[in-house]
Amino acid sequence: MLKITNLGKTFNPGTVNEKVALKGLDLHLKDGDFVTVIGGNGAGKSTLLNAISGVWRPDCGTIEIDGVDVTHMPEHKRAKFLGRVFQDPMKGTAPDMEIDENLSIAARRGTVRKLLWGIRRGERERYRELLKPLELGLEDRLSTKVGLLSGGQRQALTLLMATLQRPKLLLLDEHTAALDPKTAAKVLEITDRIVTENKLTTLMITHNMKDAIEHGNRLIMLHEGRVVVDVSGEEKKLLTVEDLLGLFVKASGMVFSDDRAILA
Amino acid sequence: MSILNAMPGAVAQGLIWGLMAIGVYISYKILDIADLTVDGSLCTGGCVCAFMLMAEQPIWLCILAAFAAGALAGVVTGLLHTLLGIPSILAGILTQLSLYSVNLAILDHKASQALFPYLDQLLVDSSDDIKTIIVGTGVVAVVIIGLWLFFYTEIGLTLKSTGDNPDMSRAQGVNVNRNKVIGLAISNGLVALSGCFLTQYNNNVTINDGRGAIVIGLAAIFIGLSVSMKIKPNFVVSLIGVVFGSIVYFAIYTIVVQLKLMHTDYLKMMSALIVVLFLGVPYIKGKLFAGRTARKIAERTVGGGQPHA
Repeated sequence: MLKITNLGKTFNPGTVNEKVALKGLDLHLKDGDFVTVIGGNGAGKSTLLNAISGVWRPDCGTIEIDGVDVTHMPEHKRAKFLGRVFQDPMKGTAPDMEIDENLSIAARRGTVRKLLWGIRRGERERYRELLKPLELGLEDRLSTKVGLLSGGQRQALTLLMATLQRPKLLLLDEHTAALDPKTAAKVLEITDRIVTENKLTTLMITHNMKDAIEHGNRLIMLHEGRVVVDVSGEEKKLLTVEDLLGLFVKASGMVFSDDRAILA
Repeated sequence: MSILNAMPGAVAQGLIWGLMAIGVYISYKILDIADLTVDGSLCTGGCVCAFMLMAEQPIWLCILAAFAAGALAGVVTGLLHTLLGIPSILAGILTQLSLYSVNLAILDHKASQALFPYLDQLLVDSSDDIKTIIVGTGVVAVVIIGLWLFFYTEIGLTLKSTGDNPDMSRAQGVNVNRNKVIGLAISNGLVALSGCFLTQYNNNVTINDGRGAIVIGLAAIFIGLSVSMKIKPNFVVSLIGVVFGSIVYFAIYTIVVQLKLMHTDYLKMMSALIVVLFLGVPYIKGKLFAGRTARKIAERTVGGGQPHA
Protein backbone atom coordinates (compact mmCIF):
# COMPACT_ATOMS: atom_id res chain seq x y z
CA MET A 1 0.00 0.00 0.00
CA LEU A 2 2.83 2.36 0.90
CA LYS A 3 6.29 1.94 -0.54
CA ILE A 4 9.01 4.35 0.48
CA THR A 5 12.43 3.88 -1.09
CA ASN A 6 15.67 5.58 -0.08
CA LEU A 7 13.92 8.71 1.19
CA GLY A 8 16.25 11.57 2.10
CA LYS A 9 15.70 15.09 3.40
CA THR A 10 18.12 17.64 4.80
CA PHE A 11 16.88 20.91 6.22
CA ASN A 12 18.91 24.10 5.83
CA PRO A 13 21.65 22.39 3.84
CA GLY A 14 25.03 24.10 3.84
CA THR A 15 24.27 26.23 6.89
CA VAL A 16 25.15 25.90 10.56
CA ASN A 17 21.57 24.78 11.11
CA GLU A 18 21.95 21.86 8.71
CA LYS A 19 19.86 18.93 9.91
CA VAL A 20 19.70 15.57 8.22
CA ALA A 21 16.14 14.51 9.01
CA LEU A 22 15.75 11.46 6.77
CA LYS A 23 18.74 9.40 5.70
CA GLY A 24 17.79 6.93 2.99
CA LEU A 25 14.70 5.64 4.72
CA ASP A 26 13.02 2.50 3.34
CA LEU A 27 9.56 1.45 4.45
CA HIS A 28 7.03 -0.91 2.96
CA LEU A 29 3.47 -1.14 4.33
CA LYS A 30 1.08 -3.92 3.38
CA ASP A 31 -2.61 -3.32 2.91
CA GLY A 32 -4.25 -3.17 6.34
CA ASP A 33 -1.04 -2.72 8.32
CA PHE A 34 -1.48 -0.63 11.48
CA VAL A 35 2.04 0.53 12.21
CA THR A 36 3.06 2.47 15.30
CA VAL A 37 6.11 4.69 14.95
CA ILE A 38 8.39 5.61 17.84
CA GLY A 39 11.73 7.35 18.14
CA GLY A 40 13.45 10.07 20.10
CA ASN A 41 13.21 13.77 19.36
CA GLY A 42 14.64 14.54 15.94
CA ALA A 43 14.55 10.91 14.83
CA GLY A 44 12.54 11.91 11.76
CA LYS A 45 9.05 10.73 12.71
CA SER A 46 7.14 13.88 11.83
CA THR A 47 9.46 14.51 8.90
CA LEU A 48 8.46 11.11 7.53
CA LEU A 49 4.75 11.89 7.81
CA ASN A 50 5.21 15.34 6.29
CA ALA A 51 7.10 13.78 3.38
CA ILE A 52 4.25 11.34 2.77
CA SER A 53 1.71 14.17 3.05
CA GLY A 54 3.64 16.34 0.62
CA VAL A 55 4.26 19.31 2.90
CA TRP A 56 7.56 19.61 1.00
CA ARG A 57 9.49 17.60 -1.57
CA PRO A 58 12.16 15.14 -0.45
CA ASP A 59 15.77 15.55 -1.64
CA CYS A 60 15.91 11.98 -2.90
CA GLY A 61 13.95 8.77 -2.94
CA THR A 62 10.41 7.90 -3.97
CA ILE A 63 7.04 7.53 -2.27
CA GLU A 64 4.41 5.24 -3.77
CA ILE A 65 0.86 4.93 -2.47
CA ASP A 66 -1.06 1.96 -3.83
CA GLY A 67 1.19 1.84 -6.88
CA VAL A 68 0.97 5.56 -7.63
CA ASP A 69 4.20 7.55 -7.45
CA VAL A 70 3.26 10.62 -5.42
CA THR A 71 6.79 11.90 -4.79
CA HIS A 72 6.19 15.06 -6.80
CA MET A 73 2.45 15.38 -6.37
CA PRO A 74 1.34 18.60 -4.62
CA GLU A 75 -0.07 18.29 -1.12
CA HIS A 76 -3.70 19.03 -1.99
CA LYS A 77 -3.69 16.46 -4.82
CA ARG A 78 -2.31 13.53 -2.87
CA ALA A 79 -4.78 14.37 -0.11
CA LYS A 80 -7.21 12.08 -1.93
CA PHE A 81 -5.12 9.10 -0.78
CA LEU A 82 -4.53 10.31 2.76
CA GLY A 83 -6.38 10.88 5.99
CA ARG A 84 -4.41 13.08 8.36
CA VAL A 85 -4.71 13.93 12.03
CA PHE A 86 -2.23 16.39 13.49
CA GLN A 87 -0.66 16.71 16.92
CA ASP A 88 -2.23 20.15 17.37
CA PRO A 89 -6.00 19.68 17.84
CA MET A 90 -6.53 23.16 16.32
CA LYS A 91 -4.91 22.18 13.04
CA GLY A 92 -7.35 19.62 11.67
CA THR A 93 -10.62 21.57 11.68
CA ALA A 94 -11.86 24.99 10.58
CA PRO A 95 -12.87 26.75 13.84
CA ASP A 96 -15.13 29.43 12.36
CA MET A 97 -17.19 26.85 10.45
CA GLU A 98 -19.91 24.57 11.69
CA ILE A 99 -19.42 20.87 12.46
CA ASP A 100 -21.51 19.80 9.46
CA GLU A 101 -19.62 22.19 7.16
CA ASN A 102 -16.29 20.75 8.29
CA LEU A 103 -17.61 17.24 7.70
CA SER A 104 -18.98 18.10 4.26
CA ILE A 105 -15.60 19.47 3.16
CA ALA A 106 -13.97 16.26 4.40
CA ALA A 107 -16.62 14.09 2.74
CA ARG A 108 -15.55 15.54 -0.62
CA ARG A 109 -11.81 15.00 -0.20
CA GLY A 110 -10.39 13.82 -3.50
CA THR A 111 -13.47 14.72 -5.55
CA VAL A 112 -13.82 17.63 -7.96
CA ARG A 113 -15.80 20.23 -6.05
CA LYS A 114 -18.58 21.91 -7.99
CA LEU A 115 -21.11 24.71 -7.71
CA LEU A 116 -23.59 22.37 -6.05
CA TRP A 117 -24.96 22.76 -2.55
CA GLY A 118 -22.16 22.15 -0.07
CA ILE A 119 -24.37 20.08 2.20
CA ARG A 120 -27.09 18.14 0.45
CA ARG A 121 -30.22 16.30 1.47
CA GLY A 122 -29.57 13.37 3.78
CA GLU A 123 -26.01 14.37 4.52
CA ARG A 124 -26.73 15.71 7.98
CA GLU A 125 -28.50 12.47 8.88
CA ARG A 126 -25.42 10.51 7.84
CA TYR A 127 -23.15 12.76 9.90
CA ARG A 128 -25.39 12.37 12.94
CA GLU A 129 -25.14 8.59 12.65
CA LEU A 130 -21.36 8.74 12.32
CA LEU A 131 -20.97 11.13 15.26
CA LYS A 132 -23.10 9.06 17.65
CA PRO A 133 -20.53 6.29 18.31
CA LEU A 134 -18.01 8.96 19.41
CA GLU A 135 -20.24 9.47 22.45
CA LEU A 136 -19.35 13.15 22.68
CA GLY A 137 -22.83 14.52 22.06
CA LEU A 138 -21.70 16.13 18.80
CA GLU A 139 -24.57 14.56 16.87
CA ASP A 140 -26.95 17.10 18.44
CA ARG A 141 -24.66 20.06 17.75
CA LEU A 142 -24.17 19.87 13.97
CA SER A 143 -24.50 23.62 13.49
CA THR A 144 -22.12 24.51 16.33
CA LYS A 145 -18.93 26.28 15.30
CA VAL A 146 -16.02 23.89 15.75
CA GLY A 147 -14.00 26.58 17.54
CA LEU A 148 -16.34 26.15 20.52
CA LEU A 149 -15.40 22.48 20.98
CA SER A 150 -12.72 21.14 23.33
CA GLY A 151 -9.39 19.83 22.09
CA GLY A 152 -10.49 16.22 22.52
CA GLN A 153 -13.76 16.79 20.68
CA ARG A 154 -11.93 18.51 17.85
CA GLN A 155 -9.41 15.68 17.62
CA ALA A 156 -12.18 13.06 17.51
CA LEU A 157 -13.92 15.10 14.83
CA THR A 158 -10.68 15.38 12.84
CA LEU A 159 -10.29 11.62 13.05
CA LEU A 160 -13.79 11.16 11.66
CA MET A 161 -13.08 13.74 8.93
CA ALA A 162 -9.85 11.94 8.00
CA THR A 163 -11.75 8.70 7.43
CA LEU A 164 -15.08 9.96 6.04
CA GLN A 165 -13.74 9.31 2.57
CA ARG A 166 -11.91 6.02 3.09
CA PRO A 167 -8.21 6.94 2.82
CA LYS A 168 -5.67 4.53 1.38
CA LEU A 169 -3.42 5.54 4.22
CA LEU A 170 -4.23 7.11 7.59
CA LEU A 171 -1.48 9.30 9.08
CA LEU A 172 -1.68 10.04 12.80
CA ASP A 173 1.00 12.44 14.01
CA GLU A 174 1.02 12.08 17.80
CA HIS A 175 -2.63 12.93 17.66
CA THR A 176 -3.21 12.34 21.39
CA ALA A 177 -0.07 14.06 22.71
CA ALA A 178 -1.78 17.39 23.37
CA LEU A 179 -4.75 15.85 25.23
CA ASP A 180 -5.21 15.02 28.91
CA PRO A 181 -4.68 11.29 29.72
CA LYS A 182 -8.39 10.46 29.92
CA THR A 183 -9.27 12.19 26.66
CA ALA A 184 -6.19 10.70 25.01
CA ALA A 185 -7.33 7.21 25.96
CA LYS A 186 -10.79 7.93 24.57
CA VAL A 187 -9.42 9.25 21.27
CA LEU A 188 -7.12 6.21 20.99
CA GLU A 189 -10.09 3.94 21.56
CA ILE A 190 -12.00 5.72 18.77
CA THR A 191 -8.90 5.42 16.59
CA ASP A 192 -8.72 1.66 17.13
CA ARG A 193 -12.39 1.24 16.33
CA ILE A 194 -12.31 3.31 13.13
CA VAL A 195 -9.10 1.66 11.90
CA THR A 196 -10.41 -1.84 12.59
CA GLU A 197 -13.90 -1.25 11.18
CA ASN A 198 -12.57 0.21 7.94
CA LYS A 199 -9.47 -2.01 7.77
CA LEU A 200 -7.35 1.09 7.25
CA THR A 201 -3.64 1.05 6.54
CA THR A 202 -2.31 3.31 9.27
CA LEU A 203 0.88 5.00 10.41
CA MET A 204 0.63 6.26 13.97
CA ILE A 205 3.42 8.24 15.58
CA THR A 206 3.43 8.18 19.36
CA HIS A 207 5.69 9.27 22.17
CA ASN A 208 4.17 6.64 24.41
CA MET A 209 5.94 3.26 24.20
CA LYS A 210 3.06 1.51 25.92
CA ASP A 211 0.59 2.80 23.31
CA ALA A 212 3.01 1.82 20.58
CA ILE A 213 3.08 -1.74 21.88
CA GLU A 214 -0.64 -2.03 22.61
CA HIS A 215 -1.90 -0.70 19.29
CA GLY A 216 -1.38 -1.94 15.77
CA ASN A 217 0.14 -5.06 14.31
CA ARG A 218 3.60 -3.70 13.63
CA LEU A 219 6.02 -1.33 15.33
CA ILE A 220 8.92 0.59 13.86
CA MET A 221 11.50 2.70 15.59
CA LEU A 222 13.25 5.54 13.83
CA HIS A 223 16.69 6.80 14.67
CA GLU A 224 18.62 9.46 12.80
CA GLY A 225 16.32 9.33 9.82
CA ARG A 226 16.22 5.57 9.35
CA VAL A 227 14.17 2.60 10.50
CA VAL A 228 16.28 0.84 13.14
CA VAL A 229 13.70 -1.50 14.66
CA ASP A 230 10.87 -3.25 12.85
CA VAL A 231 8.80 -5.85 14.70
CA SER A 232 5.43 -7.30 13.82
CA GLY A 233 3.01 -10.12 14.47
CA GLU A 234 3.59 -12.41 17.45
CA GLU A 235 6.94 -10.86 18.21
CA LYS A 236 5.29 -7.46 18.66
CA LYS A 237 2.54 -8.85 20.89
CA LEU A 238 5.13 -10.14 23.35
CA LEU A 239 7.08 -6.90 23.38
CA THR A 240 7.64 -4.95 26.62
CA VAL A 241 8.86 -1.42 27.17
CA GLU A 242 12.15 -2.84 28.50
CA ASP A 243 12.53 -4.92 25.33
CA LEU A 244 12.07 -1.80 23.24
CA LEU A 245 14.72 0.11 25.15
CA GLY A 246 17.09 -2.81 24.70
CA LEU A 247 16.31 -2.96 20.98
CA PHE A 248 16.96 0.72 20.66
CA VAL A 249 20.33 0.58 22.39
CA LYS A 250 21.34 -2.36 20.23
CA ALA A 251 20.19 -0.77 16.98
CA SER A 252 21.57 2.68 17.55
CA GLY A 253 24.66 1.71 19.48
CA MET A 254 23.99 4.31 22.11
CA VAL A 255 22.28 4.75 25.43
CA PHE A 256 19.24 6.97 25.81
CA SER A 257 20.29 10.45 26.71
CA ASP A 258 16.75 11.58 27.21
CA ASP A 259 14.52 8.81 28.51
CA ARG A 260 11.67 11.20 29.19
CA ALA A 261 11.26 12.03 25.53
CA ILE A 262 10.50 8.47 24.57
CA LEU A 263 8.92 7.10 27.74
CA ALA A 264 6.50 9.93 28.28
CA MET B 1 -32.31 71.08 8.90
CA SER B 2 -29.49 70.55 6.49
CA ILE B 3 -28.33 67.38 8.31
CA LEU B 4 -31.68 65.72 7.71
CA ASN B 5 -31.65 66.90 4.10
CA ALA B 6 -28.22 65.38 3.70
CA MET B 7 -29.19 61.99 5.12
CA PRO B 8 -30.62 60.45 1.92
CA GLY B 9 -27.27 61.27 0.31
CA ALA B 10 -25.48 59.52 3.18
CA VAL B 11 -27.63 56.42 2.78
CA ALA B 12 -27.12 56.44 -0.99
CA GLN B 13 -23.35 56.66 -0.65
CA GLY B 14 -23.41 54.12 2.15
CA LEU B 15 -25.14 51.61 -0.11
CA ILE B 16 -22.70 52.14 -2.98
CA TRP B 17 -19.70 51.90 -0.66
CA GLY B 18 -21.39 48.92 0.97
CA LEU B 19 -20.56 46.90 -2.16
CA MET B 20 -16.94 47.85 -1.65
CA ALA B 21 -17.13 46.92 2.04
CA ILE B 22 -18.54 43.49 1.10
CA GLY B 23 -15.55 43.05 -1.22
CA VAL B 24 -13.17 43.89 1.60
CA TYR B 25 -15.10 41.54 3.90
CA ILE B 26 -14.37 38.67 1.50
CA SER B 27 -10.62 39.30 1.42
CA TYR B 28 -10.09 40.48 4.99
CA LYS B 29 -12.57 38.37 6.93
CA ILE B 30 -13.02 35.25 4.81
CA LEU B 31 -9.63 34.82 3.14
CA ASP B 32 -7.74 36.44 6.03
CA ILE B 33 -5.80 38.64 3.60
CA ALA B 34 -5.41 42.41 4.05
CA ASP B 35 -5.70 43.17 0.33
CA LEU B 36 -4.62 46.69 -0.61
CA THR B 37 -5.46 46.15 -4.29
CA VAL B 38 -8.86 47.66 -3.55
CA ASP B 39 -7.55 51.23 -3.38
CA GLY B 40 -6.69 50.82 -7.05
CA SER B 41 -9.46 48.54 -8.24
CA LEU B 42 -12.18 50.89 -6.95
CA CYS B 43 -10.85 53.56 -9.30
CA THR B 44 -10.43 50.99 -12.07
CA GLY B 45 -14.14 50.22 -11.84
CA GLY B 46 -14.92 53.92 -12.28
CA CYS B 47 -12.46 54.38 -15.14
CA VAL B 48 -13.74 51.35 -17.03
CA CYS B 49 -17.31 52.52 -16.54
CA ALA B 50 -16.46 55.98 -17.93
CA PHE B 51 -14.46 54.51 -20.80
CA MET B 52 -17.25 52.15 -21.80
CA LEU B 53 -19.87 54.92 -21.59
CA MET B 54 -17.77 57.09 -23.86
CA ALA B 55 -17.51 54.16 -26.25
CA GLU B 56 -21.32 54.37 -26.47
CA GLN B 57 -21.83 51.02 -24.77
CA PRO B 58 -25.07 50.24 -22.88
CA ILE B 59 -24.88 50.79 -19.13
CA TRP B 60 -25.28 47.09 -18.21
CA LEU B 61 -22.21 46.28 -20.29
CA CYS B 62 -20.29 49.10 -18.59
CA ILE B 63 -21.15 47.57 -15.21
CA LEU B 64 -20.14 44.06 -16.29
CA ALA B 65 -16.89 45.34 -17.75
CA ALA B 66 -16.10 47.20 -14.53
CA PHE B 67 -16.67 44.04 -12.49
CA ALA B 68 -14.51 42.00 -14.85
CA ALA B 69 -11.68 44.55 -14.75
CA GLY B 70 -11.71 44.52 -10.96
CA ALA B 71 -11.75 40.72 -10.90
CA LEU B 72 -8.75 40.70 -13.22
CA ALA B 73 -6.88 43.01 -10.85
CA GLY B 74 -7.69 40.56 -8.05
CA VAL B 75 -6.35 37.69 -10.12
CA VAL B 76 -3.08 39.59 -10.65
CA THR B 77 -2.67 40.13 -6.90
CA GLY B 78 -3.57 36.50 -6.27
CA LEU B 79 -1.00 35.21 -8.74
CA LEU B 80 1.70 37.55 -7.43
CA HIS B 81 1.01 36.09 -3.99
CA THR B 82 0.53 32.40 -4.77
CA LEU B 83 2.65 31.86 -7.87
CA LEU B 84 5.56 34.17 -7.05
CA GLY B 85 5.38 33.87 -3.28
CA ILE B 86 5.15 37.61 -2.63
CA PRO B 87 3.57 38.37 0.77
CA SER B 88 -0.11 39.14 0.19
CA ILE B 89 0.04 42.65 1.59
CA LEU B 90 2.92 43.57 -0.71
CA ALA B 91 1.29 41.84 -3.69
CA GLY B 92 -1.74 44.08 -3.15
CA ILE B 93 0.40 47.20 -2.91
CA LEU B 94 2.23 46.30 -6.13
CA THR B 95 -1.01 45.76 -8.05
CA GLN B 96 -2.49 48.92 -6.57
CA LEU B 97 0.48 50.98 -7.74
CA SER B 98 0.36 49.42 -11.20
CA LEU B 99 -3.35 50.16 -11.39
CA TYR B 100 -2.61 53.86 -10.99
CA SER B 101 -0.84 53.71 -14.37
CA VAL B 102 -3.50 51.44 -15.84
CA ASN B 103 -6.27 53.77 -14.66
CA LEU B 104 -4.54 56.79 -16.23
CA ALA B 105 -4.24 54.85 -19.47
CA ILE B 106 -7.95 53.96 -19.40
CA LEU B 107 -8.76 57.66 -18.88
CA ASP B 108 -6.59 58.48 -21.90
CA HIS B 109 -3.93 60.02 -19.63
CA LYS B 110 -6.22 62.56 -18.07
CA ALA B 111 -6.58 62.96 -14.31
CA SER B 112 -10.37 62.96 -14.46
CA GLN B 113 -13.31 62.36 -16.75
CA ALA B 114 -16.78 63.87 -16.44
CA LEU B 115 -19.83 61.93 -17.59
CA PHE B 116 -22.07 64.88 -18.53
CA PRO B 117 -22.97 63.74 -22.06
CA TYR B 118 -24.24 60.42 -20.65
CA LEU B 119 -26.29 61.52 -17.65
CA ASP B 120 -29.51 60.03 -18.99
CA GLN B 121 -27.94 56.57 -19.01
CA LEU B 122 -26.77 56.52 -15.40
CA LEU B 123 -28.51 54.19 -12.96
CA VAL B 124 -27.56 56.24 -9.91
CA ASP B 125 -27.04 59.98 -9.60
CA SER B 126 -26.24 62.35 -6.73
CA SER B 127 -29.00 64.67 -7.97
CA ASP B 128 -31.56 61.93 -7.29
CA ASP B 129 -30.78 60.22 -3.99
CA ILE B 130 -34.08 58.36 -3.78
CA LYS B 131 -33.45 56.69 -7.12
CA THR B 132 -29.93 55.90 -5.96
CA ILE B 133 -31.21 54.34 -2.75
CA ILE B 134 -33.69 52.16 -4.66
CA VAL B 135 -31.16 51.02 -7.25
CA GLY B 136 -28.43 50.68 -4.61
CA THR B 137 -30.63 48.52 -2.39
CA GLY B 138 -31.47 46.34 -5.37
CA VAL B 139 -27.85 45.85 -6.38
CA VAL B 140 -26.76 45.16 -2.79
CA ALA B 141 -29.59 42.62 -2.43
CA VAL B 142 -28.59 40.82 -5.63
CA VAL B 143 -24.93 40.72 -4.55
CA ILE B 144 -25.74 39.43 -1.06
CA ILE B 145 -28.07 36.74 -2.38
CA GLY B 146 -25.49 35.73 -4.99
CA LEU B 147 -22.73 35.48 -2.40
CA TRP B 148 -25.00 33.64 0.02
CA LEU B 149 -25.72 31.00 -2.64
CA PHE B 150 -22.08 30.78 -3.70
CA PHE B 151 -20.53 30.47 -0.25
CA TYR B 152 -22.77 27.52 0.58
CA THR B 153 -21.73 25.51 -2.48
CA GLU B 154 -19.01 22.87 -2.40
CA ILE B 155 -16.50 25.37 -3.80
CA GLY B 156 -17.76 28.22 -1.61
CA LEU B 157 -17.32 26.22 1.60
CA THR B 158 -13.70 25.47 0.69
CA LEU B 159 -13.15 29.19 0.11
CA LYS B 160 -14.25 29.78 3.69
CA SER B 161 -12.04 26.99 5.04
CA THR B 162 -9.07 28.32 3.03
CA GLY B 163 -9.03 31.47 5.12
CA ASP B 164 -10.15 29.77 8.32
CA ASN B 165 -7.56 26.97 8.36
CA PRO B 166 -5.25 26.48 5.37
CA ASP B 167 -3.60 23.38 6.91
CA MET B 168 -6.92 21.62 7.31
CA SER B 169 -7.95 22.72 3.82
CA ARG B 170 -4.86 21.25 2.16
CA ALA B 171 -5.25 18.04 4.16
CA GLN B 172 -8.80 17.79 2.80
CA GLY B 173 -7.60 18.20 -0.77
CA VAL B 174 -8.46 21.87 -1.18
CA ASN B 175 -6.31 23.85 -3.61
CA VAL B 176 -5.65 26.73 -1.26
CA ASN B 177 -3.76 28.83 -3.80
CA ARG B 178 -6.46 28.58 -6.42
CA ASN B 179 -9.08 29.52 -3.84
CA LYS B 180 -7.14 32.61 -2.81
CA VAL B 181 -7.07 33.75 -6.44
CA ILE B 182 -10.82 33.11 -6.86
CA GLY B 183 -11.60 34.93 -3.61
CA LEU B 184 -9.48 37.95 -4.51
CA ALA B 185 -11.12 38.07 -7.94
CA ILE B 186 -14.62 38.14 -6.45
CA SER B 187 -13.54 40.67 -3.83
CA ASN B 188 -11.98 43.11 -6.29
CA GLY B 189 -14.78 42.57 -8.80
CA LEU B 190 -17.22 43.83 -6.18
CA VAL B 191 -14.94 46.72 -5.28
CA ALA B 192 -14.77 47.74 -8.94
CA LEU B 193 -18.55 47.38 -9.15
CA SER B 194 -18.77 49.82 -6.26
CA GLY B 195 -16.37 52.14 -8.10
CA CYS B 196 -18.52 51.93 -11.21
CA PHE B 197 -21.63 53.03 -9.30
CA LEU B 198 -19.68 55.67 -7.43
CA THR B 199 -18.53 57.18 -10.71
CA GLN B 200 -22.11 57.27 -11.96
CA TYR B 201 -23.24 58.81 -8.68
CA ASN B 202 -20.58 61.53 -8.83
CA ASN B 203 -21.03 62.02 -12.59
CA ASN B 204 -17.28 61.84 -12.90
CA VAL B 205 -14.20 59.82 -12.09
CA THR B 206 -10.85 61.13 -10.92
CA ILE B 207 -7.57 59.30 -10.69
CA ASN B 208 -7.55 59.74 -6.90
CA ASP B 209 -10.88 57.98 -6.38
CA GLY B 210 -10.35 55.04 -4.07
CA ARG B 211 -7.44 56.44 -2.12
CA GLY B 212 -7.87 55.09 1.40
CA ALA B 213 -10.82 52.94 0.32
CA ILE B 214 -9.53 49.93 2.27
CA VAL B 215 -9.77 51.94 5.49
CA ILE B 216 -13.34 53.02 4.76
CA GLY B 217 -14.20 49.40 3.95
CA LEU B 218 -12.65 48.16 7.19
CA ALA B 219 -14.39 50.88 9.22
CA ALA B 220 -17.73 49.82 7.69
CA ILE B 221 -16.98 46.16 8.47
CA PHE B 222 -16.10 46.83 12.10
CA ILE B 223 -19.06 49.13 12.71
CA GLY B 224 -21.41 46.68 10.99
CA LEU B 225 -20.13 43.51 12.63
CA SER B 226 -20.24 45.11 16.09
CA VAL B 227 -24.01 45.18 15.58
CA SER B 228 -24.67 42.10 13.43
CA MET B 229 -22.63 39.72 15.59
CA LYS B 230 -24.96 40.56 18.46
CA ILE B 231 -28.00 39.67 16.36
CA LYS B 232 -26.85 36.47 14.69
CA PRO B 233 -23.31 35.54 13.73
CA ASN B 234 -24.05 34.02 10.34
CA PHE B 235 -22.89 34.86 6.85
CA VAL B 236 -25.90 36.70 5.44
CA VAL B 237 -26.51 38.75 8.58
CA SER B 238 -22.80 39.68 8.52
CA LEU B 239 -23.02 40.89 4.92
CA ILE B 240 -26.13 42.94 5.69
CA GLY B 241 -24.32 44.24 8.76
CA VAL B 242 -21.36 45.32 6.64
CA VAL B 243 -23.61 47.37 4.34
CA PHE B 244 -25.36 48.81 7.38
CA GLY B 245 -21.92 49.71 8.79
CA SER B 246 -21.12 51.51 5.57
CA ILE B 247 -24.34 53.54 5.81
CA VAL B 248 -23.58 54.41 9.44
CA TYR B 249 -20.08 55.45 8.42
CA PHE B 250 -21.42 57.87 5.81
CA ALA B 251 -24.05 59.16 8.22
CA ILE B 252 -21.29 59.99 10.71
CA TYR B 253 -19.26 61.49 7.90
CA THR B 254 -22.19 63.66 6.81
CA ILE B 255 -22.88 64.85 10.35
CA VAL B 256 -19.25 65.78 10.83
CA VAL B 257 -19.21 67.68 7.55
CA GLN B 258 -22.56 69.40 8.05
CA LEU B 259 -21.83 70.51 11.60
CA LYS B 260 -18.36 71.53 10.50
CA LEU B 261 -16.98 69.54 13.44
CA MET B 262 -13.67 69.32 11.71
CA HIS B 263 -11.97 70.53 8.58
CA THR B 264 -12.69 68.11 5.72
CA ASP B 265 -8.93 67.65 5.36
CA TYR B 266 -9.03 65.59 8.57
CA LEU B 267 -11.78 63.20 7.49
CA LYS B 268 -9.37 60.55 6.24
CA MET B 269 -7.67 60.57 9.61
CA MET B 270 -11.08 60.08 11.20
CA SER B 271 -11.62 56.92 9.13
CA ALA B 272 -8.22 55.63 10.20
CA LEU B 273 -9.00 56.38 13.85
CA ILE B 274 -12.26 54.42 13.64
CA VAL B 275 -10.32 51.38 12.43
CA VAL B 276 -7.64 51.87 15.08
CA LEU B 277 -10.33 52.01 17.78
CA PHE B 278 -12.12 48.87 16.57
CA LEU B 279 -8.89 46.89 16.29
CA GLY B 280 -7.08 48.33 19.28
CA VAL B 281 -9.76 48.44 21.97
CA PRO B 282 -10.67 44.70 21.83
CA TYR B 283 -6.96 43.84 21.86
CA ILE B 284 -6.23 45.88 24.96
CA LYS B 285 -9.44 44.67 26.60
CA GLY B 286 -8.51 41.07 25.81
CA LYS B 287 -5.12 41.49 27.42
CA LEU B 288 -6.55 43.09 30.55
CA PHE B 289 -9.38 40.59 30.77
CA ALA B 290 -7.11 37.57 30.25
CA GLY B 291 -4.84 38.82 33.00
CA ARG B 292 -7.73 39.24 35.38
CA THR B 293 -9.15 35.77 34.65
CA ALA B 294 -5.77 34.14 35.12
CA ARG B 295 -5.34 35.93 38.42
CA LYS B 296 -8.76 34.79 39.62
CA ILE B 297 -8.00 31.17 38.75
CA ALA B 298 -4.61 31.43 40.42
CA GLU B 299 -6.20 32.84 43.56
CA ARG B 300 -8.72 30.05 43.64
CA THR B 301 -6.23 27.25 43.07
CA VAL B 302 -3.36 28.39 45.25
CA GLY B 303 -5.62 29.83 47.91
CA GLY B 304 -5.10 33.52 47.46
CA GLY B 305 -1.41 33.45 46.68
CA GLN B 306 0.23 35.90 44.33
CA PRO B 307 0.29 34.48 40.79
CA HIS B 308 3.54 36.24 40.02
CA ALA B 309 5.36 34.86 43.05
